[in-house]
Amino acid sequence: MIPYLEKRAEHSQTMVYISPFIALGLTLLGGIMLFSLLGKSPAQALYAFFVSPLTSLYGWAELGVKASPLVLIGVALSIGFRAGVWNIGAEGQLTLGAICGGCVALWMYPVDSIFVLPLMMIGGILGGMFWASIPAFLKTRFNANEILTSLMLTYVALLLLSLLVHGPLRDPDGFNFPESRIFHDAASLPIILDGTRLHLGAVFALVAVGGIWLLLSKSLIGFQVKVIGQAPAAGRHAGFSVNRMIWFTLLLGGGMAGLAGMFEVSGPIGQLLPTISPGYGFTAIIVAFVGRLHPVGSLFAGLLIALSYLGGENAQITLNLPIAVTGVFQGMLLFFLLACDVLIRYRIRFKPVSRLRHG
Amino acid sequence: MVDILIPAIITIITASTPLVYAALGEMIAEKSGVLNLGVEGMMLMGAVTGFIAVTQTSSVMIGILAAMLAGAGMSFIFAVLVLGLQATQVATGLALTIFGIGLSALIGQGLVGVAYEGIPKLSIPLLSDIPFIGPILFEHDILVYGSFVITVVVSWFLRKTRAGLILRAVGDSHHAAHAIGYPVIRIRYMAILFGGAMAGIAGGYLSLAYSPLWIENMSAGRGWIALALVVFATWRPARVFFGAYLFGGITILQLHAQAMGAGVPSQVMSMLPYLATIMVLVLISRDQKKIKMNSPACIGQPFHPSS
Repeated sequence: MIPYLEKRAEHSQTMVYISPFIALGLTLLGGIMLFSLLGKSPAQALYAFFVSPLTSLYGWAELGVKASPLVLIGVALSIGFRAGVWNIGAEGQLTLGAICGGCVALWMYPVDSIFVLPLMMIGGILGGMFWASIPAFLKTRFNANEILTSLMLTYVALLLLSLLVHGPLRDPDGFNFPESRIFHDAASLPIILDGTRLHLGAVFALVAVGGIWLLLSKSLIGFQVKVIGQAPAAGRHAGFSVNRMIWFTLLLGGGMAGLAGMFEVSGPIGQLLPTISPGYGFTAIIVAFVGRLHPVGSLFAGLLIALSYLGGENAQITLNLPIAVTGVFQGMLLFFLLACDVLIRYRIRFKPVSRLRHG
Repeated sequence: MVDILIPAIITIITASTPLVYAALGEMIAEKSGVLNLGVEGMMLMGAVTGFIAVTQTSSVMIGILAAMLAGAGMSFIFAVLVLGLQATQVATGLALTIFGIGLSALIGQGLVGVAYEGIPKLSIPLLSDIPFIGPILFEHDILVYGSFVITVVVSWFLRKTRAGLILRAVGDSHHAAHAIGYPVIRIRYMAILFGGAMAGIAGGYLSLAYSPLWIENMSAGRGWIALALVVFATWRPARVFFGAYLFGGITILQLHAQAMGAGVPSQVMSMLPYLATIMVLVLISRDQKKIKMNSPACIGQPFHPSS
């Protein structure tokens, strides 16, 4: 018997919800194999990865710290992906947001005012939007592929950050280390849970989920995103402007990524460093897909992926597992998810060997 | 002057060679109608696997072969997902890159700091003694010569052979090719695997010859530059080759400028290859007709025999 795919007459709504769980199950199986290959007890490793980080309140707070940027960016990216705009340079937009937000903080040092944080947030958002506006401009004006331009700009942004912390933004009393001054209190994000690092960014991430859900379900532009994503021809006939969609989705993604970057430097990090993100901007792509390009889905996916970051750190300390396992896990999850999505549109059938025709 | 020029040109050749391989491989995959954004991930896997194989066996051939197989193996995952399971090509390619970055870092964690002297240079007798031209053209490692050969072969394959014509037909109209009776899926599998093997060699070249060691993420965006090169070259092998050398040249020029202390911060110089990529993409893409005429018509579209 040979398995083959038969197209379903309609997309299976059940599978839309079930397939992420099948993918998660397969990823766990893959993880068990991976850990065995690395010579660790799978049970111990899975416990270290997915259970023990959540056995304390501090662990849950850390989950929120890691999930905040992922959810903020993932939710915004999913809008673009729905409309077929592939902004994969969120990491660069995050970096620019961190730079601009950080510059505001350093510029206002040591002014103690309640306006410092809002200004930093505006700086972060504008920085990210500016960085995303470059691929938007190049796409709408010159038809340059946004996948490649936004990605190239990520490398440029990381180099720019390195340049700034090695030069103009270096801490004057910092013994020449490539770090900025540590932000003063008025420029640091308030902690919302005492004794942890959970900061105001988590609240913003939840607001973003709600806001984008409203945008998608209630607004005209949300409707246009859905139409263009599902039936581009219908969108064109209805007169929806593709260029407007490109600008809107890129600026939205850039702004949110910039905000996430500003939150990172103003919250958990507290200063500008040469490296400020463990690849949140890239991982947010996985968050968007695992979350089914849906705002609420992205929230759960963001928490799941955040757990894999926490678990990776924990497994590194307790089991001496390399931190790179996290990336392998995340990649596997996305692979299995994409593979399982076949079940939404197709049925798996079996036929005898003799009737097999080569496609 | 010649004393500076010859080493500079030689380093340009070594910087361009991995781009030639990766971009030619990707071009073949795209010619068959498949966009594989996983070049970066496949290159990294090729780099780490090739490096392990060489340091374990001290056989250059086994190293190159291992790099090829690693790239092809990665591309096989991609092929099964997009051809067998109808997954979106863009998302699957991104997943391949993310997965490749993680897996190569995991495999290579014990290799940081391991030294390797690099693939030996093969001087071609007599020819390499010609002044100026000799050292530039005839004193390279085998992979550099291979990149010249593969460019010619790919060009010949696409223009002059029946198989090349079929490949292009599949990329331009998979339904028509299927109707005539060509095995669309099988041809695409082969094109993707070829692309993966080439990306694997490209990665292997980085860790075996360009800078013979393993560092996490050492391809530093070259896989993406290769993707841009294919568009820049409007899917033509000779232009891919030329484009790769243009980028190799920019990379080396900025390195030399950094070394000479041009008064510009090193980070600004390091931005140049990425900015140049954006520039050439813009220059080429602005002519939409040119892109439309040259790009494979079915690129990125899924194909299922029953539809």
